Amino acid sequence: MTTSLTDHAPARTQPPVFDVARARRDFPVLQERINGRALAYLDNGASSQRPRAVVEAEADYALREHANVHRGVHTLSQRATTRYDAVRESLRAFLNAPVADEVIFTAGTTAGLNLVASSYGRSTLQPGDEILLTEMEHHSNIVPWQLTAQATGAVIRVIPVTEAGILDLGALDHLLNTRTRIVALTHVSNVLGTVNPVRRIADRAHAAGAAVVVDGAQATAHLRIDVQALGCDFYVASAHKMYGPTGVGFVWGRQALLDAMPPWQGGGGMIQSVTFEETTYAPVPDRFEAGTPPIAQVMGFGAALEYLTGLDRALVDAHEADLLLYATEQLLRLPGVRVFGATAERVSVVSFVLDGIHPHDLGTVLDLHGVAVRASHHCAQPLMRRLGVPGTVRASFALYNTRAEVDALVEGLVEARKVFS
Amino acid sequence: MSEANELYQSLILDHNRSPRNFRVLEHANRCAEGYNPLCGDQFTFWLKLDGDRITDVSFQGSGCAISKASASLMTTAVKGKTVEEVERMFGSFHRMVTGQGGPDADLPPKLAVFAGVREFPARVKCASLSWHALKSAIDGEAKEPVSA
Repeated sequence: MTTSLTDHAPARTQPPVFDVARARRDFPVLQERINGRALAYLDNGASSQRPRAVVEAEADYALREHANVHRGVHTLSQRATTRYDAVRESLRAFLNAPVADEVIFTAGTTAGLNLVASSYGRSTLQPGDEILLTEMEHHSNIVPWQLTAQATGAVIRVIPVTEAGILDLGALDHLLNTRTRIVALTHVSNVLGTVNPVRRIADRAHAAGAAVVVDGAQATAHLRIDVQALGCDFYVASAHKMYGPTGVGFVWGRQALLDAMPPWQGGGGMIQSVTFEETTYAPVPDRFEAGTPPIAQVMGFGAALEYLTGLDRALVDAHEADLLLYATEQLLRLPGVRVFGATAERVSVVSFVLDGIHPHDLGTVLDLHGVAVRASHHCAQPLMRRLGVPGTVRASFALYNTRAEVDALVEGLVEARKVFS
Repeated sequence: MSEANELYQSLILDHNRSPRNFRVLEHANRCAEGYNPLCGDQFTFWLKLDGDRITDVSFQGSGCAISKASASLMTTAVKGKTVEEVERMFGSFHRMVTGQGGPDADLPPKLAVFAGVREFPARVKCASLSWHALKSAIDGEAKEPVSA
């Protein structure tokens, strides 16, 4: 990335840059005013905004094509089924998964991790087996494993985080052992934005005989996901953090593992035959999609994937990297600001505290400036304890954010400093 | 005056910076924790309850400016008051911060600085955390003097 323009003579032809003004027109909510100010939406790590195309896909389906999927012989049902399964194929391509049937729609990342922890975890773990997590996990990738550990007698162990905000891979040598059955880790830290070396960890986990579960919630909007290159066994994420609707997400899992797993929830759509004595289950993915799925949201998810893959992602990457660098530089110029994990390889997320002002108070003052950030423990209390803070302020950037919005963040912090002086 | 100053009145900022009764209370006979898992605000309150009168009160812990100032101002308001008076105060305070009524006669005037909280629904719990903890301390079993 170019950080200095003075080293070079002005270029005759400008290199291509991401047309952020044009992208912003796709997201009507960005024109909203909040507390009398232009909205600066910097809470994309919690939930990103949806482009018009996503909302229209949901609405078009609901207004013209709604019917249940995998049920009826009538035309609308068949049409809905075809479109629903087409999104499964889009997702397969997005993840570079080998087979579309390895993609299971869920209600989101939390539901997906619960599915894997319950079905795969409970059917494979024995008392004394070990589940290896990391200190930077979201509660969604901790609590389901605790429930599974309680049910199976398995033991949870934890890869620590270093001062620099990265996983301490040196600790893997003694943490990975013959009892390790599952390694569950986040692809990208929701607090620090740190990108974890999933491939390296997966190789070592596999060598120890463990399966690898990856929480991709914070990764899919920013990174190119290739589940085969990552070498993991399960990959889980949500649509609403990648410009899609809430209420839908997915689990990708290796076919051989999914085939051997028992159902997680029972109901319609996941069976082959039912008697009161015995039920046989449908093959994957249907086995894991009991009940009527969130069909309209899946249609919206399909539009989000189309939107994301339709962009020049190299330009989006450069734009987000510029926002991250600019925000980090601007924040570090303010006295009393502490930025966490700034040295790590990371996506466009910056987490910080301002000396003497609680993150919640900063969140309120920033909101009065129209700046939406997350100010909390980010559902990552173990990491907060590691960092020695009750919480942080997190600005998380999406493709539609601008340097002007970073400036609004900084102005809000200067104002907070005045209020609390 | 900015909107932020309307919420963060100078009395609130003062009590945030220099909380009153911020210590462990020797010879306390009631103690309770106030914890808000949403934001991590965490305070411990100590009471000396003599019959139905609060003869002394103190607190320690950490939290945002609203929760800390509310805890501090609460301790100054309830010292020397009866349980019944404190309950009326809490009711009045709760109505005020949830927008169900203005500060009324049951509320010591200085607590009216939290009236602005009603405009910030996400912060109501911060303001009322200490009052809930105080109530659970009063309702709790009598304890031997607690020391931290």
